[in-house]
Amino acid sequence: MDPFLDFAEPVLDNLDLYATGLWTTLRICLWSAFLALSLGTVIAACRVSPVPPLRRFGSGWVLVLRNTPLTVVFFFVAFGLPEIGVNGEYYWFAVAALSLYTSSFVAEALRSGVNAVPAGQAEAARAIGLTFGQSLGQVILPQAFRTSVPPLVNVLIAMVKNSATAGFFGVAGDLSWVGDTLTSGRGYAVIPVLLGVVIGFWILVLPAGALLSVVERKVAVVR
Amino acid sequence: MGERGRPLVVLEGVNKHFGPLHVLKDIDLEVRAGEVVVVIGPSGSGKSTLCRAINRLETIQSGRILFDGVPLPEEGKDLARLRADVGMVFQSFNLFAHMTVLDNVTLGPVKVRRMKDGAARERAMRLLERVGVADQRDKYPAQLSGGQQQRVAIARALAMEPKVMLFDEPTSALDPEMINEVLDVMTALAAEGTTMLVVTHEMGFARRAADRVVFMADGEVVETGTPEQFFTSPTSARAQDFLSKILTH
Repeated sequence: MDPFLDFAEPVLDNLDLYATGLWTTLRICLWSAFLALSLGTVIAACRVSPVPPLRRFGSGWVLVLRNTPLTVVFFFVAFGLPEIGVNGEYYWFAVAALSLYTSSFVAEALRSGVNAVPAGQAEAARAIGLTFGQSLGQVILPQAFRTSVPPLVNVLIAMVKNSATAGFFGVAGDLSWVGDTLTSGRGYAVIPVLLGVVIGFWILVLPAGALLSVVERKVAVVR
Repeated sequence: MGERGRPLVVLEGVNKHFGPLHVLKDIDLEVRAGEVVVVIGPSGSGKSTLCRAINRLETIQSGRILFDGVPLPEEGKDLARLRADVGMVFQSFNLFAHMTVLDNVTLGPVKVRRMKDGAARERAMRLLERVGVADQRDKYPAQLSGGQQQRVAIARALAMEPKVMLFDEPTSALDPEMINEVLDVMTALAAEGTTMLVVTHEMGFARRAADRVVFMADGEVVETGTPEQFFTSPTSARAQDFLSKILTH
């Protein structure tokens, strides 16, 4: 028999499992990306707002979530929340943990983008009578998003890989769960199974890098 | 513009410090409706700060600034409403870099004045026509020359139908050959009775368009008068010195 096919057998035998794993991880990541970007934008807005309590809230959010290990955030959400009466599916707990954790990095990437927008833009926005919220929404953030694209893509790539934690916190069926199940559960060889998992993540992440250069070219602000 | 001659902008005993630097010293100044006041003086004399204090882009430490009879409010919705009535043109244009020329001019009327898109575009085109850049409406600021950008910035400010226009060194960042196209627009505005406060180094414009010249040095208003008085027989030594330096060549 072909030695490669022999080696790859654990993966080839379970392609359907890998496919559903890829799909589940992709869904978790799409939800988390959407929520982390939304939440991160709100937190970044807090951090640059003229209202001191909001600024403190934003800084506190980033301080806590950026500096707590991801697995600990997962522990708190997946096992801590039920303890205080918040019950739900592990799938959504995973999305919540990943979104909360990632939102702090999104907020910081956006804030660096806001800082890169020349001060004159905000002054001109205020000078025509836009409120703080309007200045942010119409003038500052649209420009900040553009300079934030590279760091945001980094953050989202890290998030996709961080989603591997989900399989160890009760989520059934995602890529990391597939790896765990095939090795510990069904006794397949570890190396080929994990290489299959790695390829799965690459399929998710590599297009992001390619997309980056396209998006960057599209949204670049000429100054 | 309402009743001509009514005090629109009033500064009373205004003081401003940047750390240990006393940049505005007990400034008293009035700009009446329909009046064109040109503020001149050496660099660092506080004239830009004065201009920016009027729509509270700079805060002051003491004294009062009244706009149309009302003291400037604290940062918030009321201040935004006031700023909508005060047009501002910056030295560095500050056009919104991610928007086309047309969108730059319609943003304020649509978002602040709640105008319908169509009406705002119509007004914007009329103003762009007036400042001579209507054919550039779909371009982005970076695609325009400095002079064109500044004329768009003037149209953007005018689109709010402000009660007063503030110009903060509007030609200082321009190449020499573009200065006149901007000054021509400003001169036309002045001739139409627009209330204006202009901080500038353009003495020709001050002579031609000003009702009153305010000379500032070291954070103080040293002398005010008609252009005729000021340029031909300045009374203060400081102004005489300044004029002798800039008018000899």
